[in-house]
Amino acid sequence: MTPPRPLLIALGLTLLWQCIIWATKTPPYILPSPLRVLDTLASQLPLLLHHGGVTLTEILLGLICGVLLGLSSALILITWGGLRRWLLPVLVVSQSIPVFALAPILMLWLGYGMASKVAMATLIIYFPVTSACFDGLRQTPTGYLKLARTLGASRLTLLLKIRLPAALPAFGSGLRVAAAVAPIGAVVGEWVGSSTGLGYLMLNANARMQVDLMFAALLMLAVIAIMLYFLIDRLVRHLTPWQADTTLNPTNTDTDAGLG
Amino acid sequence: MVNSLDIRLENASLSWRQHCVFSALDLELPAGKWTSILGQSGVGKSSLLQLLCGIADEAQVQGSIHCSDGKPLTGRVAWMAQDDLLLPWLSVLDNVLLEARLNPRKGISHAERERARYLLAQVGLADQAQSSPAQLSGGQRQRVALARTLFQERPLVCMDEPFSALDAITRLKLQDLAARLLAECSVLMITHDPLEALRLSDRVLVLQGHPARLSTAIEPPGPTPRQVTDSEVLRLQGRLLELLRGEPS
Repeated sequence: MTPPRPLLIALGLTLLWQCIIWATKTPPYILPSPLRVLDTLASQLPLLLHHGGVTLTEILLGLICGVLLGLSSALILITWGGLRRWLLPVLVVSQSIPVFALAPILMLWLGYGMASKVAMATLIIYFPVTSACFDGLRQTPTGYLKLARTLGASRLTLLLKIRLPAALPAFGSGLRVAAAVAPIGAVVGEWVGSSTGLGYLMLNANARMQVDLMFAALLMLAVIAIMLYFLIDRLVRHLTPWQADTTLNPTNTDTDAGLG
Repeated sequence: MVNSLDIRLENASLSWRQHCVFSALDLELPAGKWTSILGQSGVGKSSLLQLLCGIADEAQVQGSIHCSDGKPLTGRVAWMAQDDLLLPWLSVLDNVLLEARLNPRKGISHAERERARYLLAQVGLADQAQSSPAQLSGGQRQRVALARTLFQERPLVCMDEPFSALDAITRLKLQDLAARLLAECSVLMITHDPLEALRLSDRVLVLQGHPARLSTAIEPPGPTPRQVTDSEVLRLQGRLLELLRGEPS
């Protein structure tokens, strides 16, 4: 049995990191060695776990809000054609405002607590989720819809039992993007103003030249983001088993060991 | 059993992108008979069929439909397309039960479930009931679609080139199966294949010309499904091919 691929990649990257330090003789206050970061991670674990927990909560709440909001927006867009002509341009225009620029305003409105960070994460994933869901809902094969109509399905049944399941693969793509982007929203929110969370910890550590702590926080954030992504990827695959995946070629079994 | 009724389509017209494909077309579908319409691509066969099913969206179609019992035809037609249209997220059994699943009543009854299983056994897929459609071959998928069509127990079954995507041998087998299982129904089948029409139909019509017209019905003799080696079938096949090519027979 070979070790899992992600572990090998992590080991390789760590080795590369160490080699760069050996080769360039970078002082630890610019780039700490992997061992030093691990050491800090171990010694500061309670602190990191506390802030990591806050950030994880913000990310998860933002994901839930953003996905629910995006999904319902897509359902509204597909259901009411009149509303769609008004809302779609508004959505696109709203996307041209950088969410980062909104962060200070959100602080002003929602305060320094968790609400403003959840709002940031929600906002940053709202558009990708809405657009993926809407695309999925409107690209239902016409054959399915016609068949369902000859079977006497109502408009609501068409939406819930034909359009929605047919859109699941597209919804899954939106969800994957959301999982990858939501941590950005939460951390940016924390940078702009907060008293807890990994973003706050990193900013603080940076200002105090605790570069090893900063790297440990970064590592923590990366672990959260990666776990979230793979969890959602697994969930999406589980929900859409019929979706063809050409990378999972049965004649080529050694390449799919690391995937789910 | 399915109560068969005579259906008459009168004064049907179809235009596609402001271009008249046919107009003032009349079509009789006698009770319990299998009627086939042959014609080249783009002659409006599928739209004619979808007009009867009430799902002709792409083209402007009109026409009045009369049923012998005086009630409207809406909701009494089963549609089977060239593509099997099995929903990939449902099991084979649930695809057969699709009509029951899409009409929210009290849920799917035990009797309906049993009937779906019985129909799957009829099309020879009893042991695949819990499989997903993706695990089936093209021929098997079309057999599930046939079971789904039979499950609806509609007085008229409309089939749009149902077997054209299959290989020759699978197609012959499915034609035999369909002829056996649909023996009591009124069927309207659209096809490109004169042999298929002649094997299965009581009446064969040709739709062609600009604007398109329906030919007088050819009524091949004998019980269906007819043998591919039947001399009468082969003679009529030649005649139909000449008719389709636009040559006098």
